[in-house]
Amino acid sequence: MTEAELRIFVGIVKHYFEQQTGIAADIYTPFLADPTALPVSDYTGVIGISGVRQGCVYFTAPAELLRLILSRSGETDLSSPNLADLAGEIGNTISGNARRQFGNEFLISVPLVVKGRDQVISLPKGVKAYVIPFCWQRHDASLVVSVV
Amino acid sequence: MNRKLLIVDDSNIIRNKIARAMGSYGLEIAGMAPNGEKALQLFKEARPQVVTMDLTMPEMDGIECIRKIHAVDPNVRILVVSALADKATAIQALKEGAQGFLCKPFTEDELTEAIGELLSEEAS
Repeated sequence: MTEAELRIFVGIVKHYFEQQTGIAADIYTPFLADPTALPVSDYTGVIGISGVRQGCVYFTAPAELLRLILSRSGETDLSSPNLADLAGEIGNTISGNARRQFGNEFLISVPLVVKGRDQVISLPKGVKAYVIPFCWQRHDASLVVSVV
Repeated sequence: MNRKLLIVDDSNIIRNKIARAMGSYGLEIAGMAPNGEKALQLFKEARPQVVTMDLTMPEMDGIECIRKIHAVDPNVRILVVSALADKATAIQALKEGAQGFLCKPFTEDELTEAIGELLSEEAS
């Protein structure tokens, strides 16, 4: 993953929050992750990548951030299944939008959602993982990109 | 008579979002499906005139579902609502029988505009 490719994901995260909520997210400097200390929050939406690139992309966020997004969209059911659904949908949307630059052979899986901060996300071995940390409405979240 | 709409998406919150927007647009919600298999079944039962279709779904994806729905009713109006933002996918969906493509994330205004275009093309 080149710096330019990482910037594509930064741009997509920015666009998602601006477009869906009308409130920009503060994006912090991306960094190379320590594989033993990957960020995992309350809900994590994992997307497998195959085709011309391999690996995974995941979005992880606290419940309160997801609740706020759902409320702003007019959703009244803020239950755990809908929070999980949103985490998966955001992971799916960000990965799918990346095909604008990576092309249609950048194949994405349906989302796998894991719940809980004590979960371990398995990334492909030997593939560097980059964390794009950001803050929206005072809640920290991350996008992790581990794609070769 | 109100036209009937079938909403197909594996995300419950997206199905609800589309239903909320389209309910106030005057379309009757004929059904909502989380995958292509269920969508095809509901389509055959309810015979809606309009379908919103996600592409990345389990069991049967959106492209295959568009092809099968179009084979049942070539006059159905299908709006693809997908995160897959590349041109090749949009072109493929249109070739298989969709008439419009709306990229996620989308706003309610963008959705109603896209449905409006879909239905105005039908009328012309």
